[in-house]
Amino acid sequence: MEKEILYTKKQVQRKNIIAFSVFIFLMMAAIAAWIHVKNLPLDNGLLGGVQPPIRKVLNLNEKIFSRSLDSTHLAKTYPLSFAVKKARVNGDIGMGEDFDPATWKLYVIKANGDTLTLSLEDIKKLPKTEIVFDFKCIEGWSQVTHWGGVKFSDFAAAYHLNNEVSMKYVGMATPDVEYYVGIDMPSALHPQTLICYEMNGKPLPMNQGYPLRMIITVKYGIKSIKRIGTMYFDNERPPDYWFERGYDYFSGL
Amino acid sequence: MLITMERIVKKHKLAIRWFHWINFPVLALMIWSGFLIYWANDVYRIGFGDTTLLKFFPKQFYDLFSIPQRLGEGMSYHFVFMWLFFLNGVLYILYTGISGEWRELLPDKSSFKEAWQVMLHDLHIRKKALAQAKYNAAQKIAYTAIILMGAGSVITGIAIYKPVQFGWLCWLCGGYETARVIHFTLTIGYCLFFIIHIAQVIRAGWKNFQSIITGFETEGTIPDLPEDHNNQTNTTAN
Repeated sequence: MEKEILYTKKQVQRKNIIAFSVFIFLMMAAIAAWIHVKNLPLDNGLLGGVQPPIRKVLNLNEKIFSRSLDSTHLAKTYPLSFAVKKARVNGDIGMGEDFDPATWKLYVIKANGDTLTLSLEDIKKLPKTEIVFDFKCIEGWSQVTHWGGVKFSDFAAAYHLNNEVSMKYVGMATPDVEYYVGIDMPSALHPQTLICYEMNGKPLPMNQGYPLRMIITVKYGIKSIKRIGTMYFDNERPPDYWFERGYDYFSGL
Repeated sequence: MLITMERIVKKHKLAIRWFHWINFPVLALMIWSGFLIYWANDVYRIGFGDTTLLKFFPKQFYDLFSIPQRLGEGMSYHFVFMWLFFLNGVLYILYTGISGEWRELLPDKSSFKEAWQVMLHDLHIRKKALAQAKYNAAQKIAYTAIILMGAGSVITGIAIYKPVQFGWLCWLCGGYETARVIHFTLTIGYCLFFIIHIAQVIRAGWKNFQSIITGFETEGTIPDLPEDHNNQTNTTAN
């Protein structure tokens, strides 16, 4: 049994008061701290975002995990037969009705300010890579899907984007600039990251971002932008649609 | 002149009280932010075929806690407070391991049979109470299970959080989808634990409750001790 001690009633009372005061004070302090953080202005006032201290931790998480883990680690791939016939369509931001496939070009803004203007045929000339992997949506569902296209790293090499890929980020936006993402360069150069023009062996459907989209196996689907219009490079984080709305910038898996 | 002495029994060490009271709000925030995340793909239910007995979660539940449309917010809080939940849990395990307090907490072979009798007693089916050490058999099982559940939440949590980097862990958990189901089920387990825990604390009464704050429990008075009696006298109990 426990050690038994004798105290006077006064001593017991005193001990109770001290313990309860400390307890209530600390609980109130924790609640006050939480309310304070909750009520801080969000880091992207117009659209939302998150409270700055929370963002600091999320950015720290990115540092911890991107530095301690191997950025070239491959996502698991599956046999072709595992891929679903009808991939789920989720999100139509930037997929406006007034899009004209005939006039579409990919604009790559280089570090020196020059712009590469590329057609789908230009992209298709580059070595093709296919992948079947478990596509993961940030909402929580996942689906094994089959994609085909050009490795981003092959694309960068073919167009001599050496100065560009030595920068920290690549930014991309839809032709109507309604949707836009920023991707850290190690993830863009990941051997499974595709500039993708095929799904299930056929050209991308309109709602999957025809004619060209990203497929990034090491990120949530929010980073696999559909219908790339422009591509550019930066050492600062390019604007990112969901980041501005309170999501983690890295969103790495 | 005579003075009345209170017999007090030291029950919960300061460290245990800190672990407990840090865990409570942190786990509450983890569960709440977890619900904000789960809402975005709320596919789980209890039922068979087309018949759903219980949907996770009914609209009333979502509205009561204003859960809808807060996925980003939920993820943000979840991936901040995960550190506190994890560190507090690791320190608790280290502390109980090093201090030897794990001996009072870990169930043994007889615990499972005894726990059944404890339950029968608690439900007023069995009249006679069991002789018990600091924790009874049911408590030992519950307080050990909850730590294993915590470890399960961390493991399945990492599997969902970094399923590419920790692909092997994800595989061990039965895959990405299964890891998510386990993670969710454990959370429901915490909620059930909480309900029973609160019921038992209420049943055990105020003196028991205050011991998780003050560390000690008063066990009645020893009347009529002379004033010069050393009030720190240690007596051997039982």
